[in-house]
Amino acid sequence: MSSLQMPKVDNAIMSKKDKIASDLREIINSKNVLSNPDELRPFETDGLTAYRQMPLLVVMPETVEEVSQILKYCNENKVKVVPRGAGTGLSGGSMPLEDCVLMAMGKFNKIIEIDFENRCVVTQPCVTNLAITHAVQDKGFYYAPDPSSQIACSIGGNVAENSGGVHSLKYGATTNNLLGIQVVLMDGTVTKFGGKAMDAEGYDFLGLMTGSEGLLGVITEVTVKILKSPEVVKAALVGFPSIEDAGNCVAEIIAEGCIPAGMEIMDKALTKATNDYSKAGYPTDAEAMMIVEFDGTEHEVEAYIQKTKEIAEKNNSSSLKISKTNEERLKFWAGRKAAFPACGVLAPDYMCMDGSIPRGKLAEVLNEISRLSKKYNLPVANAFHAGDGNLHPLIMFDANDKESLRKCEEFGADILKYCVKVGGALTGEHGVGIEKRELMCEAFNDKDIQQQLTIKVALDPNSLLNPGKVYPILRKCAEEGRVHVHGGKTKFPDIPRF
Amino acid sequence: MSMEEKQNSQTSLDFNQNIFKPTSREEIVEIVKTCYRKNIPLEINGLKSKNKIGRNFQSEKTLDLSDYKGIIDYKPEELYIKVKAGTPLKEIIGELDKNNQQLAFEPNDFGYLFSGQSNSGSIGGVVSCNFAGSRRFKVGSVRDHILGFQGINGKGETIKSGGTVVKNVTGYDLSKLVSGSFGTLTILTELSIKVLPKPETSKTLIIKNPHLKKALDFLGKALSSSTDPSGGVFYPDYFGKDFVLNDLTHDGGLTAIRIEGPTNSVDQRVNRLSKELGLLDQELSILDSEQSNIFWSRTKNLEVFKSLKSNLLRIVLPMSETLKVIQKLKNFEIKYFIDWGGSLIWASFDQLNTKILSEIKDTVKKHQGYITLIKVEEDLKASADIFTIDPIKYKISEKIKRSFDPKRIFNPGKMYTGI
Repeated sequence: MSSLQMPKVDNAIMSKKDKIASDLREIINSKNVLSNPDELRPFETDGLTAYRQMPLLVVMPETVEEVSQILKYCNENKVKVVPRGAGTGLSGGSMPLEDCVLMAMGKFNKIIEIDFENRCVVTQPCVTNLAITHAVQDKGFYYAPDPSSQIACSIGGNVAENSGGVHSLKYGATTNNLLGIQVVLMDGTVTKFGGKAMDAEGYDFLGLMTGSEGLLGVITEVTVKILKSPEVVKAALVGFPSIEDAGNCVAEIIAEGCIPAGMEIMDKALTKATNDYSKAGYPTDAEAMMIVEFDGTEHEVEAYIQKTKEIAEKNNSSSLKISKTNEERLKFWAGRKAAFPACGVLAPDYMCMDGSIPRGKLAEVLNEISRLSKKYNLPVANAFHAGDGNLHPLIMFDANDKESLRKCEEFGADILKYCVKVGGALTGEHGVGIEKRELMCEAFNDKDIQQQLTIKVALDPNSLLNPGKVYPILRKCAEEGRVHVHGGKTKFPDIPRF
Repeated sequence: MSMEEKQNSQTSLDFNQNIFKPTSREEIVEIVKTCYRKNIPLEINGLKSKNKIGRNFQSEKTLDLSDYKGIIDYKPEELYIKVKAGTPLKEIIGELDKNNQQLAFEPNDFGYLFSGQSNSGSIGGVVSCNFAGSRRFKVGSVRDHILGFQGINGKGETIKSGGTVVKNVTGYDLSKLVSGSFGTLTILTELSIKVLPKPETSKTLIIKNPHLKKALDFLGKALSSSTDPSGGVFYPDYFGKDFVLNDLTHDGGLTAIRIEGPTNSVDQRVNRLSKELGLLDQELSILDSEQSNIFWSRTKNLEVFKSLKSNLLRIVLPMSETLKVIQKLKNFEIKYFIDWGGSLIWASFDQLNTKILSEIKDTVKKHQGYITLIKVEEDLKASADIFTIDPIKYKISEKIKRSFDPKRIFNPGKMYTGI
C-alpha cells in the first residue's frame, strides 16, 4: 500500500504523553484512559484496514460533560482528537493519528427515549443502526436508512458519514431521516441542532454536521424519525443479455414513475461469484442481473411489480422471477449481500470502490471499467445501487505483488475520475476520509475547497478535530481510493458491506 | 493595481445605479467584488414573494436576480432539474408538468398572503426560505431535495457544493446550509433539484369534525398507519366555508388526510384508513384527484389567510405538543389551521405586541417548538425578533456567516442583528 501523508506529528505532544494521560485521568474515570500499546492496538484502524496507526491515547468518556471537558482540555493544549463510533467506516474516517487522543464513544450505547406519538427515537450515538429498528419493531415501526453494516455500525457514525443503504432511493440517506443531534464542539461547547420539531429555524447546522466526517464536532445524542413498516415487500430478480439493456430498464422504471425501495444491478462476474458462494439461484448466464424491490400496500406493490415486468420484457430481459414469499425475497438478496466474501474466493485481494454516477451512464461507465480492466490486466466485478447511481466495483489483485497493487490503485483512481467526468461524485456513501482525500480536487476547485476549509476553521480554529481527513493534504489529486481486503481477512468479515 | 482590480476596472458595471439586475454570473461576481471592496451592503431579491419575511435592514444597493433565470438542464429520467436561481417556480413547475413530474416538497405560495394573488416566487427564494408544504412529514423539506448548488460568496468567489446525483457524500453538505439562510450566506446562482414523478392519483379523506383534539387523534393514527398518507391538516369551523367543493358541501371544521399513489392502491388505502379511524359514512367525504388537488393547493397557498391584515405566525413543534400549545394560545384572539399532520400551526393574531409575542414564544419554546414571524405589523417588526436564536447558536451562526460573507454584505441583519 502506498504511504499516506498525514498531518505533521507534534513532537511536543508526543513527549508529553504521560502528562496528558494523567491530566485526562483527572477529568474522567482513570480506567477509561488507555495508554499502553496492548490496550491501544484494537483502535489502530477502522473498516479501511489497509491503513493502521496507533493513537497516542484512547479515552472512553461516559457522559456529555466528560466529552466536553476532554475536548476543552485538548483544545487548550493543542492536542488532536479523532472521534470514533463502531469503527466500521470504509474510508478511514476514524483512523488515529500518531499524536492524537482517540475518543471512543462506545460507552454511549443506550437508547434514551422511544416516542411513538412523535414517531422518533432519541438515542446515544454508539447504539447500532439495527438496534433502533429492533427497539421499535414490536409496534410495527423501523428506522429506514440501512447501510449493509447496520448490524455493527453506530448511528453516530451514520450521522458523521451520512450513510445510505439499499433503500436510500426511496427513503433517503441519514440526513433525510434525522431530526436532531446534540454535538460537542472542539472548544467544549455543548449544543443541540434540531430536535423533535422539524426544520429548526436558522442555519441548518444539522445538515452541515451530517456527513462532516467528525471534523466539526463530536455527536453525543441523535434523534431519528421512525417509519411504519410497509405492509408488503416483494422483489423481482431479472436477467439481461447486456449491461445496456439492464441500464435502460433502470432508467425506464424510474422514468415511469415507479420508485422502488431498492434496485441493484450486478455484472456477470459478480453474479457468478455470488451465486457460487451463496447458491442464491441467480441467472448466471445473464450479462447483468437486477434485483428490484417494492414496498407498500398490496395493490401498490402489485401494480409496480407488474409495470416492472412489462418494462423488463420490453428491454429484452432473459429471465424474470418474482418473490412469492419473504424467504424467497431474502434469498434474492443473500447473494448480493455476500458480494465481499464471494470476491474473496476469486482473488487473494480485492479493493472495493465507491463512486456515484448518473443512472443513465451505467452502461458507459461499466464499459469504461471493462476497458480499464483489460488495460491494467486485473479482473473486476461490479455491484451497483442502480436506483441512485451508486457504483461499487471490486478490483481483484494480489497485494504481495507490488506491481499488481500499484496497478490496482491506478485502476481505482481512474474509475473514480471517470465517475466525476460523467457528472457523478467521488463517493456515494462511504465518505472521503483518508481514502479519497487527494481526489477531492477532481470534483472541486480550490475556491470550493477553500470555502469548506473556512467553515472548518470557523468551528475548530486550530484544526485539532480529526485533521488530515476529507480535505487534500498533498493537493496532488493522487490515486488513492478503495477498500482493501487481503486474503478475505477484512476486519469483521462476517459483516455485510455496502 | 492587482490583477483582479485590473480585471474589474475593465468591465462595464455602472456602479451608480441602486438596483442591479444582472443577467450573467460574471455580472453578479463583479457587483459582489465591488461591494466587497467598498463595504457596500446588498439586499438580494428574486421575485419578492417572500421579501417581507425577515427583519428590516439597511442596504445601499439591491441585487435583483429576476432576470437571472432559465432552465439549464432537465433530465426527467435522472430525476433532476438544474436551473438558474432567479427562475420563477411557476416556469419550473410548468416544465416538470410536461413530463408528469413535480417538486415533491410543495413550496408555499406566499403571494395570497402578502398581495392577495399568486406569487410563488423564484426557486432561489424558495430554497433560501426553506418553507415546505403539506408533504413535509413524508418527503422532507425543501433542503432535502437540493442536490447541489453554485453560488457567489461574500468575496465574489464562485463556489459549488453537491452535484446532480442523489447519492453524494463528498465534503460538507453546503446545500443544506444555504437552504433557509435567507440569502445571508451566498448569492445562489444555480440549483440542482431532485424531481419526482407525480403520483398517479390523489384522493383526500375529509372528516367532518370541528374538534382539534379529535383531529389530532385522527392525524396521529393516520400518520402511524401503513396507509402512508402524504398530507394531514385540520381546519377549525371558521375556515370550513373556504373549502366548499363539488364533493364537499360541509362548511364546518374538517380534518383532511391525503393518500397518493397508483389508483388501485389509493382506493384500497382510503377504505382501509376510514375503517382504521372508525369513521361512519356520514362523517366522511372523499375528494377525487381533481378536487383533492384544489384542496391541497389552497392549503399550500395559505388561502385562508388571503390578504390578511393582521399578523401571521408559523409555529413548528412536535405533534404531541400541538393541542397543549393551541389551548394556551386561545387566551389570545387567534385563528389557526394545522398542517404537517399536526406538527405545524399557522396562526393569525388580531392583537400582537412585544409582550404577547414574548409570552407566545415562551409557551412554544417550553413545548420544544419554535416560531417564525411571517407577517407582522411594521412597528412590531421593528422591535421584535423575527427568528429566535440562543446565544450559543448565535455565536456559531456568526462564525459561519463570516466564513461565507466576511464583510457582512449579503442581507445584513435580515435574520439576526449582527449577522
